[in-house]
Amino acid sequence: MTSLRVLAALSGGVDSATAAARAVDAGHDVTAVHLALSANPSSYRTGARGCCTLEDARDARRAADVIGIPFYVWDMAERFHADVVEDFVAEYAAGRTPNPCVRCNEKIKFAAVLDRAMALGFDAVCTGHHARIEDGRLRRSVDMGKDQSYVLAVLTRDQLAHAMFPLGDTTKTQVREEARHRGLAVADKPDSHDICFIADGNTKGFLANHLGEAPGPIVDTTGTQVGTHDGAYAFTIGQRRGLHLDHPADDGHPRYVLSIEPVSRTVTVGTAEDLEVRDITAAKPVWTGSGPLTEPRECSVQLRAHGTPHPATAVLDGDDLRITLTEPARGVAAGQTAVLYDADTVLASATITTTRATVPA
Amino acid sequence: MLPEAIEVMTEELAQLGNPSSLHNAGRRARRVVEESREQIAEVLRARPSEVVFTSGGTEADNLAIKGLYWARAGQDPHRRRLLVTSIEHHAVLDSVRWLHAHEGADACYLDVNGDGVLTPEALRAAIEADPEAVALVSVMWANNEVGAVQPICELAEVAHAYGIVFHSDAVQAAAQLPVEFAGSGADALTVTSHKLGGPIGVGALLLRRGIEPVPVLHGGGQERDVRSGTLDAPAIRAFATAAVVSAERREAEAKRLSVLRDDLIRQITEAVPDAVLNGPPPGPGRLPGNAHFSFPGCEGDALLMLLDAKDIACSTGSACTAGVAQPSHVLLAMGADEDRARGSLRFSLGHTSTQDDVNATAAVIGEAVERARRAASR
Repeated sequence: MTSLRVLAALSGGVDSATAAARAVDAGHDVTAVHLALSANPSSYRTGARGCCTLEDARDARRAADVIGIPFYVWDMAERFHADVVEDFVAEYAAGRTPNPCVRCNEKIKFAAVLDRAMALGFDAVCTGHHARIEDGRLRRSVDMGKDQSYVLAVLTRDQLAHAMFPLGDTTKTQVREEARHRGLAVADKPDSHDICFIADGNTKGFLANHLGEAPGPIVDTTGTQVGTHDGAYAFTIGQRRGLHLDHPADDGHPRYVLSIEPVSRTVTVGTAEDLEVRDITAAKPVWTGSGPLTEPRECSVQLRAHGTPHPATAVLDGDDLRITLTEPARGVAAGQTAVLYDADTVLASATITTTRATVPA
Repeated sequence: MLPEAIEVMTEELAQLGNPSSLHNAGRRARRVVEESREQIAEVLRARPSEVVFTSGGTEADNLAIKGLYWARAGQDPHRRRLLVTSIEHHAVLDSVRWLHAHEGADACYLDVNGDGVLTPEALRAAIEADPEAVALVSVMWANNEVGAVQPICELAEVAHAYGIVFHSDAVQAAAQLPVEFAGSGADALTVTSHKLGGPIGVGALLLRRGIEPVPVLHGGGQERDVRSGTLDAPAIRAFATAAVVSAERREAEAKRLSVLRDDLIRQITEAVPDAVLNGPPPGPGRLPGNAHFSFPGCEGDALLMLLDAKDIACSTGSACTAGVAQPSHVLLAMGADEDRARGSLRFSLGHTSTQDDVNATAAVIGEAVERARRAASR
């Protein structure tokens, strides 16, 4: 195994610190970098996954000192704001549900950072993501509960060729144990599941600040108005809470958001059954497996981060992936990523554009 | 740290005593402190009674700026103007900023010329905008980033012509230039131990008789009530030893450093023809061990990483709280645009620097600049 020049991205959290330490143990020449992603570090949440606050920067520096590797901070705040934060707001404004972590990996961590690293003579970027790379392909982590292959599936084969995920063969519990054993103070730092650039976790408030009040009608599947809202961006497909309908439905069952039409700001609600979709179209697939599909392929598809994989058949139609689920799924939102798996190896990822309840006859 | 300084400090650590105490150990410590005070005073051409020990240059600057401002504004509330150059060290600038934000001080940051020098004419013009309102003028003896030596005697004279107190931060200069308190005209002078090869954590503010700052630290009344706090006798003894040794070697060392530095400049310019030397031309107007270059098209922090990886220590000059390398405020103050300021690096030569270090830097700078340019274009 050759010794590579590795740039380890340290977020200030336990995973990236342990990953960097492993890269050193594996004999690589490792340099740590912390990404300053916030133009205003005090506005980002503390104790987050990392990358964001002064506390995280300090934790990352401390980890690098303990591991014994050089440490630098790269200012990516402008690019992060343009590629991730602004995209997040724009997607919601368009009635879609974005996944900013996917964008961050796609545009920042394995693009902007990787490009810069390669220009400076590094061979690979190492992170603490829970995933595996085998034969140039992305594979789930052994820890299904922490697996992050879903948010990494957007990486191209070329990007994967320069990525390193040392933690894929370890569970989260084992990682914390190892970190403690290595003397990394961040061993007990809690994980966060929320969005790093929304400090108080209030996505609706954040969007309201950026998009303002945008009231509109809530209608049922017949087009009858059943309520009003003050910002469609606050809703997501499959959402039940916070609908504030004028009166309950005749059948007494809850109503769910089926779709959001951004121009008229109309939110359509329906029953749980109405939420079911079988047919999903996803655009601009990224092939991390053996290449573009040439014929229909049986696989499983994951439709949200930490969602259960659904058995499906996928076929490539021009630039679109047409995915047919064996059993219907609920709450599938345009803008989310669909990731195709063959067992636990990633085949492809693509962005969901449309969904349909039934396969047309 | 100079081996001589380490030796005496280690010796003193074994004999630790509080110089303010009455018992034996205290008396001995006090003797050590007073002897050290005399030695430092002699090196700097000051009276022992003019030397006030502090925890370093930052504290001395804080005491000078805040203490002297409070004293003057206290005597005469009209005096609210603080005149400092825009290229001062942050210990001076941030103290001024704080006084502006919290005490109503009128902060005036004076422009330097393209070489990084504040001219006596520029100071005079600034004072004359409202001479009766000026509390204090502070100008560093030499700028640590671009090496510009300031005309301290002339500047102090200008200040005194208007009855204004003059302070100078000589932290960087004392190691490489003949800094003398008596002849300089300065009323207050900051020096620090670690720049002279002594330990970190101790320094001094020299204050002319009659110049009494309001204290920043209150407590036991040490240092004639100007600066309270138990004195660190071991560190002070090491400070004094370092000051004496470095003064003995200063002239020869300055010559040696100039030769090395001039060769570094020559070799870097050969390797990177479009590199721009910032600050005054090599000579008496520039610190002997200082070189500072702008490398067009590069990001300084990428260059820093590349050179660091080859064990060559240099500096961009600044870092924000999170640790992101910032463009040098000195370069910006001299009129450079942000891009040029971002692509700049300071190379400092010191008592451990050799010709090998210079050659090693020159050997890698060409490729490093090329890589940093590639990284910047992404």
